[in-house]
Amino acid sequence: MSETIQTGQSTEPQKTPLYDQHIAAGAKTVDFGGWLLPVNYGSQVEEHHAVRKQAGMFDVSHMTVSDIKGQETLPFLSKLLANDIKKATTMEGKALYSCMLNEQGGVIDDLIVYYLSDDHCRLVTNAATNAKDMAWLAKQAADFDVAIQERPDLALIAVQGPEALASCGKQLPQIAELLSSLKRFQGGFAGEVFVGRTGYTGEDGVEIILPAEQAPSTWQTLLEGNIQPCGLGARDTLRLEAGMALYGSDLDEEHTPLESGLSWTIALDDERDFVGKTALTTTDSRYRMVGLVLEGKGVLRGHQPVLLQGDEIGSITSGTFSPTLNQSIALARVSTDSEITIGDTVQVQIRQKQVAAKVVKYPFVVNGKPS
Amino acid sequence: MSNKYFTSDHEWLQIDGSNATIGITDYAQQSLGEIVYVELPEIGVEVNTGDSLATIESVKAASEVYAPIQGTILEVNEALNDEPELVNSDAENEGWFIKLSMAENTLPESLLSKTDYDTLVEQSE
Repeated sequence: MSETIQTGQSTEPQKTPLYDQHIAAGAKTVDFGGWLLPVNYGSQVEEHHAVRKQAGMFDVSHMTVSDIKGQETLPFLSKLLANDIKKATTMEGKALYSCMLNEQGGVIDDLIVYYLSDDHCRLVTNAATNAKDMAWLAKQAADFDVAIQERPDLALIAVQGPEALASCGKQLPQIAELLSSLKRFQGGFAGEVFVGRTGYTGEDGVEIILPAEQAPSTWQTLLEGNIQPCGLGARDTLRLEAGMALYGSDLDEEHTPLESGLSWTIALDDERDFVGKTALTTTDSRYRMVGLVLEGKGVLRGHQPVLLQGDEIGSITSGTFSPTLNQSIALARVSTDSEITIGDTVQVQIRQKQVAAKVVKYPFVVNGKPS
Repeated sequence: MSNKYFTSDHEWLQIDGSNATIGITDYAQQSLGEIVYVELPEIGVEVNTGDSLATIESVKAASEVYAPIQGTILEVNEALNDEPELVNSDAENEGWFIKLSMAENTLPESLLSKTDYDTLVEQSE
């Protein structure tokens, strides 16, 4: 019997500050983008349900935190990011989700930027793209009076679910006051700890950025508050239900955000120039992203072809089995010519069979319930 | 007389005269996680050793089960259509996959006894 296994780089994988705790909690680990991370702690479906119903926590310390500081922080980010950093300047700590594009309009990475002040913004970027992200940032920053400081000294713990904020406030009194004042999509400091009311699950919750040496005791304290540790398996089913993109599956350098369901993250309407703008405004999109729900039995998976009346119109970028909906869901990139719309039926090639799937709007789950 | 054998690929075979019932072991279902779908072959299909016998879809990934012996499919476990989770709850009994009529009278030497299989599993953990 064989199992499809995700393999990482050929060099020794890295461990986060919480690795020993994951092993002690019975985690099954995998090499994810060069990092040894938990896939689950026994049941990814139970972990998924814990986040939708109460609270679950994720070690996301493999992700990169960078501080951008200097007089030209805003002009730099205005040029670097496809979304407009000005949207975040309306409130201290406001978060903005954006893509960073190359000159052809392809996505180098997707990220969250927190506006802390006109001279200081904080970026959180993906682990697997770290080397190219840092090289790109350095290159783009050369023309601006800014300093980019990567922060490998920081760990990240995400706590997500309807009870996440209440549980964090109870277990971590030092951040309770900050938590009670944070609005959704806003971050702030409580001493050395930064908390963003953001997440990758579609639920309310926080992403706690803290000094690495504090991470083990903080994780332990949260564990004592009955917050369920959750691995990458649950992380993937949660984010896909919430219709959120995964870099490397739904996003890559060969496709623009417009071809990836992220038109809402591009601010094109004004004079602002940003890297990739010309490509976006002068070439037509070849593809668009749709949501699919499998009508027959099986599971939709990445790379499976999508057909309409016998013709291949695209392929699945991310697919899984949704524990909340109890059926298989996927995001698929299809040609703009195909003119399929919500409610239409397409066929997906799953191994030797073609199985019917319905085109639906996404997110697939909103506020813990089918949308 | 019926006898149960195991493979290093984590399958079990219950031999009954010239027929064999085949499934995956409890160790295998634990590694796979929650199973949501099992694709079984058609009745009457002839399988050779090493042919794909079934595909198991867990939430995380798809896994192939390969035929440990040669034979013709007599029966498939229809219960798995509506209750794929039977494989998780009772892999070595109610969660059986197929029954086949064996092509050969002798069994491959590579088949393991329960004791040998349990040792194999212990050594890999």
